[in-house]
Amino acid sequence: MRTMPFTSIDDVKAKLAAADYLASDAVATTVFLASELGKPLLVEGPAGVGKTELSRAVADACGADLVRLQCYEGVDEARALYEWNHAKQLLRITAGREETWDEARSDIFSEEFLLPRPLLTAIRNDGPTVLLIDETDKADVEIEGLLLEVLGEFQVTIPELGTIKAEHRPFVVLTSNATRELSEALRRRCLFLHIDFPDPELEQQIIRLKVPELDSTLGDSLIRVINALRAMPLRKAPSVSESIDWARTLVALGADILDDDVVRESLGVILKHQDDLDKATERLNLDEVLGAL
Amino acid sequence: MTETPVAQDLAGRLVEFVGALRSKGIPAGTSETVDAAAVIDVLGMSDRSLLREGLASALVRRGGQRDVFDMTFDLYFPAGVGASQAAREMDEDFDIDDLRDLLAMALAENDLRTLEQVAEIAVDLLGRVGENGPTGGWSAYQTLERLRPQTLLVQAIGQRGMGGGSGPGQGLGQGGDFTERLERDEVRQNIDRFRAMVASEARRRTAELRGRDVVTRHAVRVGSDRIDFLSANRQQLEELGRTVRPLARKLATRLAARRRKAHRGRIDIRRTLRRSMGTGGVPMHPVVAKPHPARPELVLLCDVSGSVSGFSQFTMHLVQAMSGQFSKIRVFAFINAMAEVTDMVKEDSDDLAARIGREARITKWHTSSDYGEAFADFHAEHMTAIGPRTAVLILGDARNNNQDPNLEALHEISQRARRTFWLNPEHSMRWGLGDSIAPTYADIVEMHEVCNVDQLTKFVTRLLPV
Repeated sequence: MRTMPFTSIDDVKAKLAAADYLASDAVATTVFLASELGKPLLVEGPAGVGKTELSRAVADACGADLVRLQCYEGVDEARALYEWNHAKQLLRITAGREETWDEARSDIFSEEFLLPRPLLTAIRNDGPTVLLIDETDKADVEIEGLLLEVLGEFQVTIPELGTIKAEHRPFVVLTSNATRELSEALRRRCLFLHIDFPDPELEQQIIRLKVPELDSTLGDSLIRVINALRAMPLRKAPSVSESIDWARTLVALGADILDDDVVRESLGVILKHQDDLDKATERLNLDEVLGAL
Repeated sequence: MTETPVAQDLAGRLVEFVGALRSKGIPAGTSETVDAAAVIDVLGMSDRSLLREGLASALVRRGGQRDVFDMTFDLYFPAGVGASQAAREMDEDFDIDDLRDLLAMALAENDLRTLEQVAEIAVDLLGRVGENGPTGGWSAYQTLERLRPQTLLVQAIGQRGMGGGSGPGQGLGQGGDFTERLERDEVRQNIDRFRAMVASEARRRTAELRGRDVVTRHAVRVGSDRIDFLSANRQQLEELGRTVRPLARKLATRLAARRRKAHRGRIDIRRTLRRSMGTGGVPMHPVVAKPHPARPELVLLCDVSGSVSGFSQFTMHLVQAMSGQFSKIRVFAFINAMAEVTDMVKEDSDDLAARIGREARITKWHTSSDYGEAFADFHAEHMTAIGPRTAVLILGDARNNNQDPNLEALHEISQRARRTFWLNPEHSMRWGLGDSIAPTYADIVEMHEVCNVDQLTKFVTRLLPV
């Protein structure tokens, strides 16, 4: 059942770290289990904490191909699984006017005219594969039924060709931002991982890895401000990708100390809504008022 | 097969554990239990924190369930038995003051390990209640009452400054107001963490005396979607507030999907035939009728009186979140006078309830709720808000303080609207008791019991037709 060549949880950590992904205990454990048990992994959590990044890292770490299905409203079987190349089929028919119908029919529904889409590609791939089904919650409910079949058996039935079964079971990662409830049936087939904002220590390591030129004490302060902002009731709390952006900004600004002015000037990098900005600066101002009393 | 008894014991405990989770609202089924067993098989029992993460991945199905899972896990897979290592090694003459000093230092230095040890010692030293046996135990409440960690805030911040250069306070600007506030927030967070540690340690010790299932039943709180609106405390309300945004999104996507579906594939026969002229009457290009822009309208009448303050605060959050998703939504608040608060709700301010209380005219000569008077007001002044496409939601407990219910006005409102629903945050078994006239109103409009997020979600996703 094992889908990826991980030998232990520490091995997962080491390999992911080599692929520039620092995994927490929770992430490493769940990835290891998903690989050992051959079950799909459903990853939920706020935007920008590295859900998509995780599958890239797993693929990198194991030298596997990454096949990605980006879900959106209205994605259907033809986009997710396979499609017949109608234009080519028409050409084939017009090119062979002389032959009988039976010959023509058996021809045009063959491998040559098949356009495999991500799910079929992942199943047919004969090496190790990571299949990423991104933003599953954006897709319509019907697609979930299709996923149940594919993820349960790792096989696809094409009426004209027969059943295609995966030689190498792919390592499947589904991501969701929880805008829509996924069905219980789908959840039950997956291992569940909720990635939250990392604890300060891990986030510091991530910053150090991604923005090595940032002064380490400044990095500490940055993480603390970010955590303070996360504790505020904002519309969109800053996530890891914003921390990294902010670290890069601070390097570009040449800031060597994180005081009120620097924070205020660069706050736009981490807060993406005007009301959040207002709220944060209002608190800054409020404190000044309180401090003056 | 010398391992069999152990393995059986473990399987039994796992099943018990899953049962406890179910009783707390985590619907783990048999296949999940089998997965969990496979997880134990792969990970082994040696590393408790990895085991916790592993079991969580198999048994937890969504974000909000993790707290409940952790608490139950601590009971069924405890870190140790009896007094902890730290408590056993403690000096004889160690007293509250020493403990408080140690705690202040740990708070100042963000030292989670020491915090944990202090929590263990504190419960052992201060939390003992009752005798040994089924009535005894350890109380987190009593421990915290005696230790009073919240009073250590100033001391801890003071110690931070003296950190001598290696503390985590370095690098922040010298004495900026924002940064000062940050220090305070951090220490406060640590105090909250410490409280949680004390609570979990007390649960663990008590469970040894009284049995796991008893403690699970009483001391592990239910998931946030089962908290009663009316009995929720401040912190729980904030937690509820966070679950609201996704709920509003869900409602909006659901409505959008229904509207889209309703218009998909309706063929405009006339135009299709017309276009088929060019192809000799063969309708090669079917023309799909343009959808009429369906505009579901929503009118909310919210009781914001004290008796339902938890609920109304929460519904205001919900309304606020929904107003971002809909264009046509009007909100009225009342205690005994009806006032439109749509603009205030759309502005997205923090203390909406307080603002409504200040700025809207929602009371007349007294301050207790009067539904009849409020409906009469609405009927007299705001009936134009309701059209044939409007769904009306009334939110309140229907406790009318023995005033005239004014059924006539409510009847008129429900006649004019397309659908009218009443969401009542009280348990249905209390409807009609005391000054509640819920059954009377329920005769006129459809009334639903909505005590917690779970029920609200069900209402929003299954019942609410637009």
